Amino acid sequence: MADTIKIKIDGKEIITSKGKTILEAATDNGVFIPTLCHFPGVPPKGSCRVCTVKVNNRFMTSCSTPAADGMNISNNHEEIVDYRKSIVELLFVSGNHFCPACEKSGNCELQALAYRLGMLVPRFPFSFPKKAVDASSPKIIKEQNRCILCKRCIKTIKDKEGKRYFAFSHRGNQLEVILDKQMGNTISDKLAKQAMENCPVGSIIYKGKGFSDPIGKRKYDKKPIGSHIEK
Amino acid sequence: MSKKITIEPVTRVEGHGKVTIKLDDLGRVTESRLHIVEFRGFERFVQGRPYWEAPVLVQRLCGICPVSHHLAAAKALDVIVGAGTGEGLTVTGEKVRRLMHYGQFFQSHVLHFFHLSSPDFLFGIDAAPELRNIIAVAQENKDLAYQGIMMRKYGQEVIAATAGKKVHGTGAIPGGVNKNLTLAERDNLLKGPDPMSADKMVEWSLGALDFFKHYHKNNQQMVDNYASFPSNHLSLVRKDGALDIYHGVLRAVDNEGRRILNDVDYQDYNNYIEEEVRNWTYMKFPYLKEYGREKGWYRVGPLARLNVCDFIPTPLAQKEFEEFKAYTKGKPNGMSLHYHWARLIEVLHSAEVMRDLLNDPDLQGNDLVVKGARQGEGVGVIEAPRGTLFHHYKVDDNDLITMANLIVSTTNNNEPMNRAVNATAKAFMNGKQEITEPMMNAVEVAIRAYDPCLSCATHALGQMPLEVTLMNEQDEIIDQKIKG
Repeated sequence: MADTIKIKIDGKEIITSKGKTILEAATDNGVFIPTLCHFPGVPPKGSCRVCTVKVNNRFMTSCSTPAADGMNISNNHEEIVDYRKSIVELLFVSGNHFCPACEKSGNCELQALAYRLGMLVPRFPFSFPKKAVDASSPKIIKEQNRCILCKRCIKTIKDKEGKRYFAFSHRGNQLEVILDKQMGNTISDKLAKQAMENCPVGSIIYKGKGFSDPIGKRKYDKKPIGSHIEK
Repeated sequence: MSKKITIEPVTRVEGHGKVTIKLDDLGRVTESRLHIVEFRGFERFVQGRPYWEAPVLVQRLCGICPVSHHLAAAKALDVIVGAGTGEGLTVTGEKVRRLMHYGQFFQSHVLHFFHLSSPDFLFGIDAAPELRNIIAVAQENKDLAYQGIMMRKYGQEVIAATAGKKVHGTGAIPGGVNKNLTLAERDNLLKGPDPMSADKMVEWSLGALDFFKHYHKNNQQMVDNYASFPSNHLSLVRKDGALDIYHGVLRAVDNEGRRILNDVDYQDYNNYIEEEVRNWTYMKFPYLKEYGREKGWYRVGPLARLNVCDFIPTPLAQKEFEEFKAYTKGKPNGMSLHYHWARLIEVLHSAEVMRDLLNDPDLQGNDLVVKGARQGEGVGVIEAPRGTLFHHYKVDDNDLITMANLIVSTTNNNEPMNRAVNATAKAFMNGKQEITEPMMNAVEVAIRAYDPCLSCATHALGQMPLEVTLMNEQDEIIDQKIKG
């Protein structure tokens, strides 16, 4: 049992195996830690910081920190929840997120997290940036107003040779994820749908799907995000 | 000395408006106007958005009858996705939409009659302002208020079952709907716990009609003469001339009942209807092109619909329709307060249609969406509770909206409402040097009969406030009263 380690999350003792991240260990044991940029099967980067926990009183991103024997982790502490909420609020004010008319509403991870974290109104001023809508691909709309730069599309949507459809463009506060024009013209139906599915927000829209999921049948209509993990 | 009266805000209507009335040196009304002082801009918001967002985005114009905007936009987009103009949908698609629309018609009309207008009938136009609200109605006539509230709730439940939620749902999508009506939802609406059943809604609708007819009988002269004037009337009718609030052809009649727009396809509305802008209001003035600005204006809404259609295709409402038509010997009815009578006949009709639809197994079908050859432009027209509603969109090759034009029901009633204000001001204020509160309410009663939704009409922010200003001929304010 040399590969087995013990950690504590909010006082709950968890037995996990060496090599797992804190997030994986928590998820395996029915503890929900919110994430946005993390995507199962893709090496973690810890860029969105929403999965931050306190390990032995230090802030760490749970998706990229390996669990180590004896770690004492704080997850649902008031300070951490508010910290996460502030990150979600920042994401809302740095884009143009109008949930009422967004077809990802009810299936959107950012919106679901805002509900789960009890966000009513952001504490920061809205920046109302000027963003474009790229609808030139026959299959996909890249809605820059809603992009949170999580890179999930860049990392997961590739052709058979491993070429990526999405990439970062520009720098600083002009940074955005763009869809390669040529590849966007030839993207398959299946991959276009997958891109929409993998996007945590409504920034990648599969054309013509529009509101086909009725209210009540959407992912987060009945239960808050994370419910499927919690035991 | 001449004066200008301002009534602001107009109360118990949806949206924000004010009335100005000019009096000459002898205190005679020389000019009166209903100003809509809100500005919205949805026609611009939707530009650059994917076309399938329009039915969900544009319905945010209103919280009272968003379903009308939702469906009018969806109908325009049906054309764009190649699903035809109202008749190309699957039976389930069309019937679920119809149920949604009749549900919202029912709740909106009920809201207007019971919550907004019944205090005027129950307590009188000159009653103390603190009595003229639904709370006082509940204290005076508990059954009436209870029925009004539960009928509205029923309509909202129909909307929730078909659109996903009571306000601002997503049920109608281009080419059809995103859900059918489950058996559990159907049973709940058809035979829900007392009093929430389809039969009870029909019974209570008859009761509401009796209430108005009794009031009419006792106040015949007032009801018939209040802001009564001839006009043209416009509405959708089914191809066979039946009242149909979901789909049909455009028909207009003049004050003698002669057809001046003969069952035309609404895709060509631009050929028949023109809009005029006046600099003192955000609401445009539509008119029939062929007859010009002076003679081409028309009424829309319940009164116009019953003036335009040949019959009502449900038995109880048809019987009431015959009585309504007989009252004016078959000629179009130009009496503003008869809007309430017509509205309550439509409430009964909606209750009957909802009951029929709920018994129709087509609502449980699974074939929900139709698509065909993509088009670049589409027009959707529907009869909203307040009248004919036009949505027109153009979409580019990348599926983004490039143009939107909305002619909202209340906008169509702009000229008649102004005339109603003028008629009432003359009747109640001519020769008076002091404005009393009942005089102001008298003007509001005339406006209220049209059930205007001022927010929708202007494309607003703020509350729902009437302002009356009394000005002299030099436009100096002599007296001003504001309600809000």
